[in-house]
Amino acid sequence: MSLGERCRPDFPILSRIVNGHPLVYLDSAASSQKPASVIEAIQRYYETSHANVHRSIHTLGEEATELYEAARDAVRAFLGARTREEIVFTRGTTESLNLVAQAVGRTLQPGDEIVVSELEHHSNLVPWQMVCRDRGTVLKAIPVLPEGYLDLEAYARLLSPRTRVVAVAHVSNVLGTINPVAQMVEQAHRAGALVCLDGAQAVPHLPVDVSAIGADFYAFSGHKMLGPTGIGVLHGRREILERLEPAWGGGEMIKEVWIDHAQWNDLPWRFEPGTPPIADAVGLHAAVEYLGKLGMAQVSAHEQALTAATMEALADIPGVTLYGPRNPEMKGAVVAFNLEGIHPHDGAALLDQRGIAVRAGHHCAQPLMKCLQIAGTLRASFSVYNTAQDVQRLAEAVATLRGEL
Amino acid sequence: MALYSDVIRERFRKPRFRGALERPDVSGEDVNPLCGDRIRIQARLDGGRLVEGRWTGDCCAISAASADVLLEMMVGQPAARARELTPASILERLDADIRPSRMKCVALPLAVLQEALTKEGTP
Repeated sequence: MSLGERCRPDFPILSRIVNGHPLVYLDSAASSQKPASVIEAIQRYYETSHANVHRSIHTLGEEATELYEAARDAVRAFLGARTREEIVFTRGTTESLNLVAQAVGRTLQPGDEIVVSELEHHSNLVPWQMVCRDRGTVLKAIPVLPEGYLDLEAYARLLSPRTRVVAVAHVSNVLGTINPVAQMVEQAHRAGALVCLDGAQAVPHLPVDVSAIGADFYAFSGHKMLGPTGIGVLHGRREILERLEPAWGGGEMIKEVWIDHAQWNDLPWRFEPGTPPIADAVGLHAAVEYLGKLGMAQVSAHEQALTAATMEALADIPGVTLYGPRNPEMKGAVVAFNLEGIHPHDGAALLDQRGIAVRAGHHCAQPLMKCLQIAGTLRASFSVYNTAQDVQRLAEAVATLRGEL
Repeated sequence: MALYSDVIRERFRKPRFRGALERPDVSGEDVNPLCGDRIRIQARLDGGRLVEGRWTGDCCAISAASADVLLEMMVGQPAARARELTPASILERLDADIRPSRMKCVALPLAVLQEALTKEGTP
C-alpha cells in the first residue's frame, strides 16, 4: 500500500463528495487538509486545558503554557534547530517574513541593497519593497532562467558589499523549483548579508534542517503542513535574534515596563507580543508528530513520484504547457500548467465540477507571471494523502476540458 | 442553472463585439486583482448615444461573455444607460449561476465601461 493510500483514511475531509464526485484535493500548496489527530488535539485542548499562557497562576494556565511550549520543542526538533530560543511562533509565513523585514529593515541605511528573486511569492517581496520605500534601500532581483531555475551566475554578480539582505524562497510555490539554498546562504554570508528564506513550500514536503542550511531566518506556516491556520514559525539564528530590536510591542514581549520605556523579554518571547495562537500551536505539534512518524524522506519520495507521474500524464495531453523544472528531483510537490484556449479560472471551475480541487491564477507571484508572459496557470499540488488515482482522475479530466467550453 | 451557461459558452466561442476600434471616443481598461485578467473596452459616441463598442482582453469565459453581452446591451442606447446597469443585469443576460468568487469576472467589464464614460465626462 502506498503512503498516500495509508494516509488517506486519517483525513476526514477526503471522504467528502463535491459536485457529485468523490473529492480529489490537489491544492495542498495553498493549504493542506488536516488529519484527525490534529483536529482532535485542538478540540481536546479547548475541552480540557485552555487558558492564557505564561502569566496565569492556576492549573489550566500552567497546562496551556506547558502545551504551548511543548509545541515549540517539537518544532525545534523537527527542524534541527539548535535551541528552543530560535523558534518564534507567529500567525503564518507572511507574518514571519514581515517580522524580519520590520526588524532588520530598521537597521538598514539608504543605498543598502536587498536581493530577492523573480520567483518570490508576494509575501517575501512586498515587505521588502516597503522597507525600500521607508529606508531608501534598493531592491535587486535574481532572474529566473527559462527552465525555471534561478540564474545563479547573476546571483553571484548581484552580491556586493552593499548587499545587506538576501530574501528568497526555498521552494517556488508555482514552478516547484528547489533552490540551492545552502549554497546561496554561504555566498550571501561571504558578502556579509543576512539571509531570509521563505520555507512555506519546503517544510511540508522535504526534510529541512535549518542548522545545515544556515540561513539567518527561515519562515513557514502550519496550515500548509497538516496543521491549523493561524500559526506560523520564524526560525532565527540565536545570535542574530539577540541583537535585533523586536518588530512589535505589547504584552508578553517585555520584562519590565515604565511609563516611558520598557525592557525586552528573553528569546523567543521578545518576538511574540500578545496572546499567542495557543490552540494552533497544539495543533501544529500534532501535525509535526504526524509528519515525523511518516518520515520526511518518505513523504518527499512519495510526492516526487506523484509530481513525476502528473508531469508525464499532462505532457501527453494536446494543448498542455508545463511550467518549471521537468526533473522531479529538482522540484517540490507542485505542477503548474496551462491548457491552450482555456483560461486557468475556467479550467479550475470545470475541474471543480468533477470534484477536483486545483488552484488557478497568479498564485501571489505576479512578477513571475510577467516573466513567463502569462496571466496565470492551473496548479496541482500534492500532500501525503494524494494517490496515483488522484493523478489519473486529474489527467482524465484535463484531457476533456477543451471540449467543454 | 450551470456555471457555464449556453450564453457564456456561445459568447466565449463566438464573441460578437471582440476587437478594437480605430477612432474610439472613449476607452478604458482595468485588471481583475483575483486573476490578473485585463479587459479593455472602446466605444464610439454620437449625440450622447453609444453607437459602436468593442472589447479585448486575455480573460476567462465569464469575463469575455460579460463584456460581449454588455456591449450588445449598450449599442444604440444613450451612454447614460450604462450608469443604470448593474452586475445583476449582466448576470440575468448571461443566464448563469455564478458563484461569489467569480462575480468580479462578471462585474469587471461594466466597471471599465462606466469608468471610461465618466472620464469622458459622459453623464
